[in-house]
Amino acid sequence: MNPALEFVVRLVVWLLLAPLLPGIINRVKAWVAGRRGPPVLQLYYDLARLWRKGVVVSTLASPGFIAGPAVAWVAILGAALLLPLGPLGASPSFRGDVILLVYLLALARFCTAWAAMETGSAFEGMGAAREVSYAVLAEAAIITAVLTLSLQSGSVSLCAMLAPAAGPGAALLAVGLFTVLLAENCRVPFDDPNTHLELTMIHEVMVLDHSGPPLAAVLHGAAMKLLLFSVLLVQAVLPVGKLPAPAAAGVLAAGVLAVGVAIGLVESLLARYAFRRVPLLLTTGFLLCVFALLISWDGGGA
Amino acid sequence: MSGALDLLTGLAMGLSLVALGTSRLPSLIRVAALQGVVLGTMPLVMEHDLRAMVVVVALATVVMKGVVIPVLLRRAMRTANIDRDMDPLIGFLPSLLLGAAGLIGAVLLARWLPLLPEHHESLLVAGSISTVFSGLLLLIGRSKAISQVCGYLILENGIYMFGLLLISSTPLLVEGGILLDLTVAVFVTGIIVDRIQRAFDSLDTRKLTVLRE
Repeated sequence: MNPALEFVVRLVVWLLLAPLLPGIINRVKAWVAGRRGPPVLQLYYDLARLWRKGVVVSTLASPGFIAGPAVAWVAILGAALLLPLGPLGASPSFRGDVILLVYLLALARFCTAWAAMETGSAFEGMGAAREVSYAVLAEAAIITAVLTLSLQSGSVSLCAMLAPAAGPGAALLAVGLFTVLLAENCRVPFDDPNTHLELTMIHEVMVLDHSGPPLAAVLHGAAMKLLLFSVLLVQAVLPVGKLPAPAAAGVLAAGVLAVGVAIGLVESLLARYAFRRVPLLLTTGFLLCVFALLISWDGGGA
Repeated sequence: MSGALDLLTGLAMGLSLVALGTSRLPSLIRVAALQGVVLGTMPLVMEHDLRAMVVVVALATVVMKGVVIPVLLRRAMRTANIDRDMDPLIGFLPSLLLGAAGLIGAVLLARWLPLLPEHHESLLVAGSISTVFSGLLLLIGRSKAISQVCGYLILENGIYMFGLLLISSTPLLVEGGILLDLTVAVFVTGIIVDRIQRAFDSLDTRKLTVLRE
């Protein structure tokens, strides 16, 4: 296929499929609670509604208030495009692209925090502080996981890193990455995506003053980030890259669906952790990744 | 064979880290009991020819550590009527990190030790050292008597794991004696905990250093 055409197809797939995952999670939560729940496509409707609305901007805010969500959205999209999809590989793939992926995610977080500070509200500053302080621990975990994968494959390019399965430490790495996924995407044991109670919010605080298209970009970016982490988790654990293309697509879709169902179950069955317990849980995730790293080190040395 | 044993050892090592990270007394007791059950099943996995003695030791360990001791501890907790939160001397996060560092250190130490060749490959020595370390950390780092008992239990679990290396040559009497000692110790602690609670209105062992009428 023509590379340019392939790039466009990938872009469209990422953009269109991302809002499906939160819908699936909400469906699972509704099913566990015995409710009928919102339709699976609810986020698409929300995004369309927000896109048609106007924007309210505080007189205090600089253009950064609008630029923040836009840059964050583009950064997440760029990070998503770097991620290889099974045997198809990534469209821009080069040596060390995994470092760019980590930094693009950090850039997205920085821009969200920046836009939150632009409003001048102490409340949003608090949310930004919380988000950034938890991110320190989550990033340590994800960098350890990346280190594990690169040690196993002896490569620093995502295509080669994600192709083999994670070996004996796969279970540890899977649980560690799942913890990071929950923390990075503000899911339940760390943050509650549904809450609007001032004192407990982390991520939701930061986007409280956004409206209209910027809010749509924030929501869509969050959905893409969730999909990105799910795809990363599935590929880090299962040898998707070695399968033929149709089977790989099936395994990837089933894996992402399983991750979505797992998130839904975690959200239905667990309560949110108290703030002081969150670093402990994140450190546990980090330690799981460290042990996976040790096992791969051991395996590589022997 | 050794794969299953390594899996169980890894599980026991993980459980001692969980014990370092939990803030609730009932879950700490549950973790210590679960670790005891995991250790109890180990002899069944590691022996090629299952002799009656090994099965008896395994069953006795599972029953004592998995059922009797937790029941005693829970009853002591209920009668002493203490609150379920532990206040640690060493925080949960530092103790978890210390435990993880101890685990990594134990793996390195086990590799360095001059062991028999058949023990060199297995995780058992590393697991035993790291579990002893976690138990010690729990013993030092928690202030309530019952959580210290749990630390003692985990420490003993580590020693038991070390003893597993010699299981074919240890007499049944020794194993039985250790189990009996342990149960009596926990039983006596259950009574002492009640007494401490009555005398001091608290299970904080730091208060025991103060003389009172």
